[in-house]
Amino acid sequence: MSFLAKTHHPRSWGRYPSVAPAEVQAVYWRSEIPDLADFEHPLLPFAYGRSYGDSCLNEGGVSLDVSHLRRFISFDENEGLLCCEAGVSLAEILELVVPRGWFIPVSPGTKFVSVGGAIANDVHGKNHHKAGTFGCHVTRFELLRSHGERLICSPYENPQLFQATIGGLGLTGVILWAEFRLKPIVNSFIDMERIQFSSLDEFMQISAETDRKYEYTMSWVDILIGGQNLCRGIFMCGNNDQSKSRAAQKPGKKLPLAIPFDFPSFVLNTLTVKSFNELCYHTQFSKRVHKVVPYEPFFYPLDSIHNWNRMYGSRGFLQYQFVVPFEDGFAAMKEIIDRIRRSGEGSFLTVLKTFGTIQSPGMLSFPRPGITLALDFAYGGRKTLQLLDELDKVVRQSGGAVYPAKDARMSAENFQAFFPRWQEFAQYVDPHFSSSFWRRVSHTNKLVTV
Amino acid sequence: MMIVGATSAIAHETAKCFAKDGAEFFLVARSPQKLADIGNDLKVRGAQRIETYVLDVTELERHQEMIETAITTLDGLDMVLIAHGTLGDQQKCQRSVAETLKEFTTNCTSVISLLTILADYFEQQKRGCITVISSVAGDRGRQSNYVYGAAKGALSVFLQGLRNRLSKSGVAVVTVKPGLIDTPMTAAVKKGLLAASAKGVGEGIYRAMKSRKEVVYLPWFWRPIMLIIRTIPEPVFKRLSM
Ligand SMILES: Cc1cc2nc3c(=O)[nH]c(=O)nc-3n(C[C@H](O)[C@H](O)[C@H](O)COP(=O)(O)OP(=O)(O)OC[C@H]3O[C@@H](n4cnc5c(N)ncnc54)[C@H](O)[C@@H]3O)c2cc1C
Ligand SMILES: NC(=O)c1ccc[n+]([C@@H]2O[C@H](COP(=O)([O-])OP(=O)(O)OC[C@H]3O[C@@H](n4cnc5c(N)ncnc54)[C@H](OP(=O)(O)O)[C@@H]3O)[C@@H](O)[C@H]2O)c1
Repeated sequence: MSFLAKTHHPRSWGRYPSVAPAEVQAVYWRSEIPDLADFEHPLLPFAYGRSYGDSCLNEGGVSLDVSHLRRFISFDENEGLLCCEAGVSLAEILELVVPRGWFIPVSPGTKFVSVGGAIANDVHGKNHHKAGTFGCHVTRFELLRSHGERLICSPYENPQLFQATIGGLGLTGVILWAEFRLKPIVNSFIDMERIQFSSLDEFMQISAETDRKYEYTMSWVDILIGGQNLCRGIFMCGNNDQSKSRAAQKPGKKLPLAIPFDFPSFVLNTLTVKSFNELCYHTQFSKRVHKVVPYEPFFYPLDSIHNWNRMYGSRGFLQYQFVVPFEDGFAAMKEIIDRIRRSGEGSFLTVLKTFGTIQSPGMLSFPRPGITLALDFAYGGRKTLQLLDELDKVVRQSGGAVYPAKDARMSAENFQAFFPRWQEFAQYVDPHFSSSFWRRVSHTNKLVTV
Repeated sequence: MMIVGATSAIAHETAKCFAKDGAEFFLVARSPQKLADIGNDLKVRGAQRIETYVLDVTELERHQEMIETAITTLDGLDMVLIAHGTLGDQQKCQRSVAETLKEFTTNCTSVISLLTILADYFEQQKRGCITVISSVAGDRGRQSNYVYGAAKGALSVFLQGLRNRLSKSGVAVVTVKPGLIDTPMTAAVKKGLLAASAKGVGEGIYRAMKSRKEVVYLPWFWRPIMLIIRTIPEPVFKRLSM
């Protein structure tokens, strides 16, 4: 149990950049939202700040804290249809629905994100190849625009705003509540397999072989090994366990660990990353391990350490997630891995996955068929930024994209190439809304004062 | 159970715990829209039944009717949580008797009115639990909020006496003294390190009600803090700006 309230100073998960809004305005009730058109500065909703970079930040603007809109509205237990306010976290939803035989349709690697955030970044999970993004499961939501209209958006009502808001980075208005479909489960356990691989080729092979059989797949990889193999790692795949007898079994509750202060910056460097990777890779002694595990450590291994982002110290860090299409993807992946290795910047947690072909309704949705890699880099100033610019170039040449939810630095030019529908999207941006990210990538560098 | 001030952020957290146990609720507050929001939420979380009642607690003459309605619709009453309150504007109170009395009515007199009616019912029933949210601010008067503090202080003393009386009938009276909590009530107050979340405090109230505690400080560290604050001699205390 945590007694301490969260501080209201909006920060993103990477703690870079550290920029302040002119004002933080908390919203407590759907029926009592201040008139948005009255604010002098542009607005941006902020929920739990689990975005890494600046897409949830609004320097010099108004940060609308929507995390208090966290009430359930209705739950049809027969149909698995849940309706709740947009600030409800996936953690609270799981706590409610898992004991009743339901699961969230798509989950990112942390459960401490809000429904509004999951829609605004159209988040993906380990089951992208089977289920698409979170937005694929949303049936409707209510959107508050700055002029006071409250619009129900669905594939049938206001369909354009529906598509713009899914993956719309909080720029189309405030999502007040949303309704979405859950997925039925027999029990809360995951029947999983862990497979060691020692090259990118082998990863692709295992991926092709397991994608059909398994609902959830992802790999932890070490890309610092060098040589022709490019990477080694552990492939994790699983399905919801089907045994009825396990339904009554409760997974033990472990208290989360917390990192109470920023680590000094020297703690994480290439050397420590290498030893960490070495340790992870070798803790698995046999090639394949098969187990039935509770869902939490399978989906949210990082959530067991609260504020793990503070390990990077006060300088913060940058996440970098990109996707490259399957065709030519291998060459791009090789080049990117080589460049990172040569740069001497280590990535502590590197995750490799394939995206499937299910299309999201979202105009700016990031996932597309291909291979995706997520890395993090301690912020080392110009050197780090330069490396990432170089990587952008490779991603762009291969026809891929970089994930805005994790970005703090991509150029307008690259963004516009990665998201060719951005101008179509821009028509639906609320005139009173903006973000640090949006000002950068849409080339309206000045703060719009309204 | 009945909750007065059911739309309070703290009371909502407590109610969530009871909803999980399948409780039946009679929810009272001023705003019908907010009551509906809270009611729907508790229903989804497992509440067996939700009844709502719109009341401004400063209308003391309506208390009797409200309590009777609660008892008849729920077919009896085992638990009551009184949570409503306003922080008030100390500066405004200092300039206006009317304002001071208004704050007193909301935070103290209205609660005393409710408790007076409820006490007879519980005394006859010989079981149940009455819980009221007071405040650490009632433990010692301070220049920054002594109107609110005095109302809460009077409430705490009233509850002490009531506990003494009702213990003979097997009725528990729980006084809750929260410190600074991050809720809409304190949205404008600068929060230091000690500000706690409504969730932790609400859950603490649930546990206190279940175990029929007497006086609980939430979070717990306010008990030693208030002990120290109470022992500062008045000649010293009066010179501090708190
Ligand atoms: C450990 C970790 C693992 C992660 N794993 C994944 C992953 O596997 N897949 C993935 O896709 N992402 C992943 N993420 C990223 C995360 O899922 C997204 O950034 C998510 O959107 C964060 O949600 P949030 O509620 O914290 O929103 P915030 O970060 O506060 O805001 C995110 C965006 O949503 C907007 N927004 C929030 N609420 C509303 C609202 N009510 N109305 C309109 N707009 C709103 C904001 O304006 C902002 O643009 C991960 C993040 C972490 C920290
Ligand atoms: N937050 C703190 O730091 C803190 C510290 C110590 C003690 N407390 C006490 O904790 C209790 C709950 O407060 P909170 O922090 O949860 O604040 P809150 O969320 O602002 O809740 C206050 C509640 O009081 C109700 N209320 C106010 N005036 C009313 C009236 N005239 N008639 C009916 N209902 C009225 C409001 O209901 P409607 O507006 O819907 O009518 C609302 O439900 C209060 O007694 C407060 O004094 C709070």
